[in-house]
Amino acid sequence: MQPTSRDFPANARAGLVDPVLQRALGLARTGFPARRQQAIARLPEFEALREEGRRIKDHTLANLDFYLERYEAVVIATGGHVHWARDAAEARDRVLEICRSVGATTVAKGKSMVAEEIALNEHLERHGIAPVETDLGEYIIQLRHEPPSHIIAPAIHLMKEQVADTFRAAHQELDPARSLAEPRQLCEEARTILRPRFLAADVGITGANFLIAETGSSIIVTNEGNGDLSQILPRVHIVLAGIEKLVPTLEDAATLLRLLARSATGQEFSTYTTVSTGPRRPGDRDGPDEYHVILLDNGRSALLGGEFHDMLRCLRCAACLNHCPVYAAVGGHAYGWVYPGPMGAVLTPALVGLREAGHLPNASTFCGRCESVCPVKIPLPNMMRHWREREFAQGLSPRAYRSGLRAWAWMAQRPRLYHAAAALAGRGLGWFGRDRGRFRSLPLASGWTLVRDMPAPEGRTFQSLWAERQRAGGGTR
Amino acid sequence: MPEPSAPRVGLLVTCLVDLFRPSVGFAAVALLERAGCAVAVPQAQTCCGQPAYNSGDRGDAKAIARQVIAAFADYDYVVAPSGSCAGMVKVHYPQLFADEPDMRARAEDLATRTWELLSFLVDVRGMSEVAARWTKRATYHDACSGLRELGVKEQPRRLLASVHGLCLAEMPGAEVCCGFGGTFCVKYPEISDKMVGDKAAEIAASGAEAVLAGDLGCLLNIAGKLSRLGIRAEVRHVAEVLAGMTDAPAIAAPRR
Ligand code: SF4
Repeated sequence: MQPTSRDFPANARAGLVDPVLQRALGLARTGFPARRQQAIARLPEFEALREEGRRIKDHTLANLDFYLERYEAVVIATGGHVHWARDAAEARDRVLEICRSVGATTVAKGKSMVAEEIALNEHLERHGIAPVETDLGEYIIQLRHEPPSHIIAPAIHLMKEQVADTFRAAHQELDPARSLAEPRQLCEEARTILRPRFLAADVGITGANFLIAETGSSIIVTNEGNGDLSQILPRVHIVLAGIEKLVPTLEDAATLLRLLARSATGQEFSTYTTVSTGPRRPGDRDGPDEYHVILLDNGRSALLGGEFHDMLRCLRCAACLNHCPVYAAVGGHAYGWVYPGPMGAVLTPALVGLREAGHLPNASTFCGRCESVCPVKIPLPNMMRHWREREFAQGLSPRAYRSGLRAWAWMAQRPRLYHAAAALAGRGLGWFGRDRGRFRSLPLASGWTLVRDMPAPEGRTFQSLWAERQRAGGGTR
Repeated sequence: MPEPSAPRVGLLVTCLVDLFRPSVGFAAVALLERAGCAVAVPQAQTCCGQPAYNSGDRGDAKAIARQVIAAFADYDYVVAPSGSCAGMVKVHYPQLFADEPDMRARAEDLATRTWELLSFLVDVRGMSEVAARWTKRATYHDACSGLRELGVKEQPRRLLASVHGLCLAEMPGAEVCCGFGGTFCVKYPEISDKMVGDKAAEIAASGAEAVLAGDLGCLLNIAGKLSRLGIRAEVRHVAEVLAGMTDAPAIAAPRR
């Protein structure tokens, strides 16, 4: 997917006036946080669990080379194949090679953000292979040719009426008079359409929530069971995962799973948690004949040990999106690429470049709600600030903004001059605003007065009044 | 007059209070004096440097931080009527000097002495009530930095509970950001508008006649939006109410 993060302000404006999007976001804005809150209220040790989750991920990242090699060795020992992909193109090519080697014409896909990151569907289609999304949300947006707008609820920008219209347009073979008014009916219809496609698929592709070094397993969680079918029914199973998905043991994964479900959807545990280890063994009742893992770097190893190292702990739970007031205002598409919200504001500049994605870490009030809910305590605002520092150092921020800032900073380092200027500004503005107490417009402050009034200063500055009080001997010293 | 043994408090006025609303500064001084402190106001302060810091201009942020560290070197405590500016000093100054051991030590020393006003009054000075009267139904907005960086939540409510005549009508989204965010509100005005618009709607729905908060940035934003929308609600810094200094016209209110 071609990023449009550069156009964030325009994308955001479009989102703000889109009535369907605003209605959908209005529901999500309160729903997700309330469910998370209820789930953690039932688990008194949640804070301790967050600390433990952070520790597990930090330990793994500090020894990532060791765990990756260990994982590779165990996957091979269980009969699987491991492919290392330095970037998106290499990962796409590996998938295509595997599909071609078995003469595949259709692949069943479980939900995978990494597949979005490497734009896998377009690549497969271009080479004559039909990808079928099996996650309901992904299926809906695939039919609509839209990117996901949320990392765990890809079609959250739609209401059920849009989904019904999409299904009517796509499933023309079905009775046009059928009712699609209820979510349940939409679900059933998707199920009827998707079932035979699972059975027909030659290859199943899934992402991974965790890769286990100890056992060579991959784990995915879903609420629809589509992941199981994607990986069990086809002859070939390809796991597509970023290198940061590794954890040492199943026990560690269990700890993180408890954090993940509560943080993401407020569930104690996701409905389906599926562990897959290698291809089908003699005597197994099901499973694929071939098991491949594609380990994607795509800029991740470059983050190790640097300012953005902590981002590699991310579980992709989406709690930061669900609690972000900016995300709730503009929706995921505004961010212009695969990863939206606070986690996207940190990750996207690393993956597509700061020139393209510079707006994202700027479009935050640093309210800190994301960091306060992140299950692995990623300091998201601090990292957005690091991007702003790089942008400033590289001279990428707008010229007028930079010179304004420098002029203000120059004054702020000269207290006498600053106080004199502030006293003058206070008096001037105070005098002009003396009747109404506010301004409807002000030169040089149009960004402010475009949408709200500017309260008028009281007139005198505190410093000048305080100095007067001191001279009159009224103060304490 | 305070006792000779009274703790010496340096007031970090904050640039917004200095320019827009000196009443808040005097209310803070009054509360600190009632809490038995000797208050001084160093002239060598201007701003805490947050606009530079959050714009990625680390160099200027450090220069301004050095100025603040020097200006407040001699006080037992440094108190700001703002969670945002107190948080800048307490949480971010030490990070700013992470790779300069000498300055880092001075920044950490300052950080341990620095407090947000309400937190200082309640947590450090043990204040549990005030002698103020204000017959209003008010709602309280939790400003983000104070809430999440410094844990300011119960302290203002505890003191407000002792104000005669005051009835607190809480908003369900009291902890949701108002969309100020320093330069954010002018860089992304439409997004900020949506956020402060939602806040204004919640205030209106709470049925409160007044909105209080502990940070002037948020208050200017909220007052500006309420005024633009024509929603009548009196907007004040919580210190004004606690100090019983509510004679000055409210923020953005007509003066005649
Ligand atoms: S940054 Fe934290 S909250 Fe956001 S998706 Fe990742 S783990 Fe979840």
